[in-house]
Amino acid sequence: MISILDVIGPSMIGPSSSHTLGAMRISKFAYNLFNSIPESATFYLHGSFRDTYIGHGTGLALIAGLCGMDTDDPAVAKADEVSKRSGLKYEFRSIDLGDVHPNTVKIVATKNNLTHEVIGSSVGAGRIKIISIDSIQCQVTGELPTLVIENEDVPGALESIVRVISLNGVNIAQVNLSRMSKGSKIASMILELDDRLDNSIIEALKMLKVVKSMIYVEALNC
Amino acid sequence: MNVKSFNDLVEISEKTGEDLHKVILDWEMLDTGYSGERLIENASKLFKVMEEEYASKKDKTFNTLVNLTGTNGKKMYEYIQNAFVGEKVFKAATIAVTMAENNASMGRIVACPTAGASGVMPGVLLVLEEYGISRERLVLSLIVAGAIGKIIALRASLSGAEAGCQAEIGSATAMAAGAAVYAGGGSARQVSNAAALSLKSLMGLVCDPVGGFVEVPCVKRNATGATLALLFCDIAKSGVESVIPLDEVIDAMMSVGRSLPESLRETGRGGIAVTPTARRIVKGLSDKFKISGD
Repeated sequence: MISILDVIGPSMIGPSSSHTLGAMRISKFAYNLFNSIPESATFYLHGSFRDTYIGHGTGLALIAGLCGMDTDDPAVAKADEVSKRSGLKYEFRSIDLGDVHPNTVKIVATKNNLTHEVIGSSVGAGRIKIISIDSIQCQVTGELPTLVIENEDVPGALESIVRVISLNGVNIAQVNLSRMSKGSKIASMILELDDRLDNSIIEALKMLKVVKSMIYVEALNC
Repeated sequence: MNVKSFNDLVEISEKTGEDLHKVILDWEMLDTGYSGERLIENASKLFKVMEEEYASKKDKTFNTLVNLTGTNGKKMYEYIQNAFVGEKVFKAATIAVTMAENNASMGRIVACPTAGASGVMPGVLLVLEEYGISRERLVLSLIVAGAIGKIIALRASLSGAEAGCQAEIGSATAMAAGAAVYAGGGSARQVSNAAALSLKSLMGLVCDPVGGFVEVPCVKRNATGATLALLFCDIAKSGVESVIPLDEVIDAMMSVGRSLPESLRETGRGGIAVTPTARRIVKGLSDKFKISGD
């Protein structure tokens, strides 16, 4: 489904929807995992991102996203200064991530001894696909609220989590399941939701015995 | 309302006597659930971004990312009074180049339909407004342009990497030509003709950016787009018709796009991107921009 508004817009910072806007949306997804600006970050650039990151402003867009900036904020062009003021230290490294989309970046960011890792691809026209969150493989667009859950790998775990969400009238759009190892009895799930979750539901989910840890990631607002 | 072609929209408009933009708003409502009100409100905001960005940048030079462009808009701005092609057309080309240089320097732009072709639509719309067409009418014309672009996206592609520059500057030009006709009170059929004539004239245009960056030749191709859009607007309004209907031209554009080698689809490995001068430029750039950790 394409909207006319997707064709005549969006308003964004140039020069490229794939190399600038898409890159920024990936790192904004990483920002949303913390809900604040991290202290340090390493951006591992793959493929075309690695080869052309300066000429497309990809580097600045990645920094701006991790600072939580809006995708049409003129200050994106000065994101390096913004990051200095906010205390974000960063570096760019090159990487070969293998058989992934040519415009892919791995972001490893840390705040208060908590580290998150996001791998995302910019797949065209500013759209993105997050393919890994904290080493859990997934297919997430960032356009919907997302839940990243580490849970006990026991019968009924998925059911008890889904029940809390659906009893509150929220539809689940997509489910990604994976298991760390059978022996550890720990599994992961990443859920994309059609609507936002109220704080009370988030708390109720965290209280569940099967939920070891959980992050609620807001939808990208642009 | 099963719309598969631009001609479907034109025929509904002709049969019902409903204005083309109203037919388009109904279609969008059924297709995406966005109300006409919401669409018009958001299109107005996009128009305002184009207006504000040009107003604040019009006589400025730009420090672009790889510095292959950045002073052309200002040079053209100072030349407007001398233009042999006439003030209106030259102004549209000037706005288009300025906005494209704004894009190349990480300015705020409206990707209409893409960032690389983001100068064409403001070039045409802002000139039409300066010469007397109301904002209200121009916003509706921008929506008509959006419908042309949406049909291209559905039947073909708006991506240079997929179908070459014809899909970016070509599509922007078709959209702007149709919008200009609609703004000036032309018929739905004339909108379709102007878009078809424009897209035919840019058929086969390859995407060959030097170094892969959105500067050379992208910035100046925005001038091509704005100029041709105004030209074909007038040609269509004079009564000239496209022998090949718009939808068939769009399909032909895609089939040409598919047969373009990868070197001519945004890889920077063909066309002007591999001329001796371009190779020298790219070598200079890659010496300058080495990534650590290699």
